[in-house]
Amino acid sequence: MSSPVDEALLRTLTPRVLGVLVRRGAEFAAAEDAVQDALVEALRTWPTEPPRDPQAWLVTVAWRRFVDATRSEAARRRREERVKDEPAPGPVPGTDDTLQLYFRCAHPSLTPSSAVALTLRAVGGLTTRQVAAAYLVPEATMAQRISRAKRTVSAVPLDQPCDVATVLRVLYLVFNEGYSGDVDLAAEAIRLTRQLAAVVDHPEVAGLLALMLLHHARRAARTTPDGALVPLAEQDRSRWDTTAITEGVAVLQAALARDRLGEYQAQAAIAALHADAPSTAATDWVQVVEWYDELVRLTDSPVVRLNRAVAVGEADGPRAGLAALAALDPALPRHAAVAAYLHERDGDLATAARLYAEAATRAPHLAERDHLTRQAARLNTAREAR
Amino acid sequence: MAKYLLLKHYRGAPAGRNDVPMDRWTPQEVSDHMRYMQEFADRLVETGEFVDAQALAPEGLWVQYGGQGRPPVTDGPFAETKDLIAGWMAIDVDTPERAYALAAELSAAPGARGEPIHEWLEVRPFMSEPPTIEE
Repeated sequence: MSSPVDEALLRTLTPRVLGVLVRRGAEFAAAEDAVQDALVEALRTWPTEPPRDPQAWLVTVAWRRFVDATRSEAARRRREERVKDEPAPGPVPGTDDTLQLYFRCAHPSLTPSSAVALTLRAVGGLTTRQVAAAYLVPEATMAQRISRAKRTVSAVPLDQPCDVATVLRVLYLVFNEGYSGDVDLAAEAIRLTRQLAAVVDHPEVAGLLALMLLHHARRAARTTPDGALVPLAEQDRSRWDTTAITEGVAVLQAALARDRLGEYQAQAAIAALHADAPSTAATDWVQVVEWYDELVRLTDSPVVRLNRAVAVGEADGPRAGLAALAALDPALPRHAAVAAYLHERDGDLATAARLYAEAATRAPHLAERDHLTRQAARLNTAREAR
Repeated sequence: MAKYLLLKHYRGAPAGRNDVPMDRWTPQEVSDHMRYMQEFADRLVETGEFVDAQALAPEGLWVQYGGQGRPPVTDGPFAETKDLIAGWMAIDVDTPERAYALAAELSAAPGARGEPIHEWLEVRPFMSEPPTIEE
């Protein structure tokens, strides 16, 4: 008899098992390798030999791997003492261990791509193969990226205060990657953010969780069966996931009530206004613009100003949107796409078609390029038909 | 088995027979084209001949070593006359004839009025590893 491995359980247990090893005195990088070995072993053997106590099994196997790996002439004596005194699978490590693990894996000394990879493996319990497949790089490359990242953070002392914003940025990056290969990175980011929200009381953690839930809710409506993008205005809102929306709105309201606004809460508030509206026309665009004003104040990001111009176009008409756009650098990503949309709304179809075609040549993703090409094609076809 | 690269060009290839810019197609024709390309790649995965497919953005720069301790030298944007690769598909097939047949199939992707675009594709064999048996 063999049964599929409960990968979700395995991923939940990963940071705890790593916490046990580190607390027993194992050095972080070696402990993390040992836990990864235990994960791979679990995926191999659990289908035919499911353990009675999965966490104890993982701790035992990981600890033995750690001890084996640290075997050397110089360490032999110390190791033998360790094996002799092998501690029992202890209590579940405290929430502090998990939190420290998040901080370490998102440490500011790491590049974003390294922090993402290390977080997914050490906190998320993904195998190197899965992380590599998700980011479309060879497994050996990903293994090196993770091992270099661990070398970088190995020396980081664990008792210094850390900024939760660095962790949130990493989780945001994971979520935005969507999904490719057999790992759903968006779902994984939600799980990791939920787990983080359980161990740290911070309105921005809740804000990011709400933002993810509210965007994830739209997933089924966001693409056609053959992968083409469906813009927000054209999405079939009956296909939005109401359970995710309800949870996202509740998490957001609780966070906003704390009166410590941050960028993720403000972004989630905009997503919540969309979630609340039966259509684009029925959306409270005036409030959306107000939230964009908050976001501009919080981030001063040109990308936010660009999105704000779209909202202004809906709230006060396309001319107002174009006026807001005029103040922005045309080199901004998606500037031409936004200009095209506003010109179309203003009735200038020739300019809109030209800008859509131009935007297509600058699109960062194939799906977006195809979408913008179709928009240009739609307007050109309509103009020729007249 | 031998690997071949099927190269698609934004510029630099001879003009195809049905050479209408994509933004002058109908949206349905654009969608049909995309579906054809996707299904073509899916079929090659099924036959065990697919290796890789990537698309490239049209913009880019020439970059050159600028000398010891100096920043890279860059030149761009590309001149209008530059041959410009749009993307590729790498395949692993038994014969050159099979590579040409697949390139022809890809070139038959529907375009304006639903007719094949007859696009010219560049087919290039990969340099391979030396064989183990030498004589």
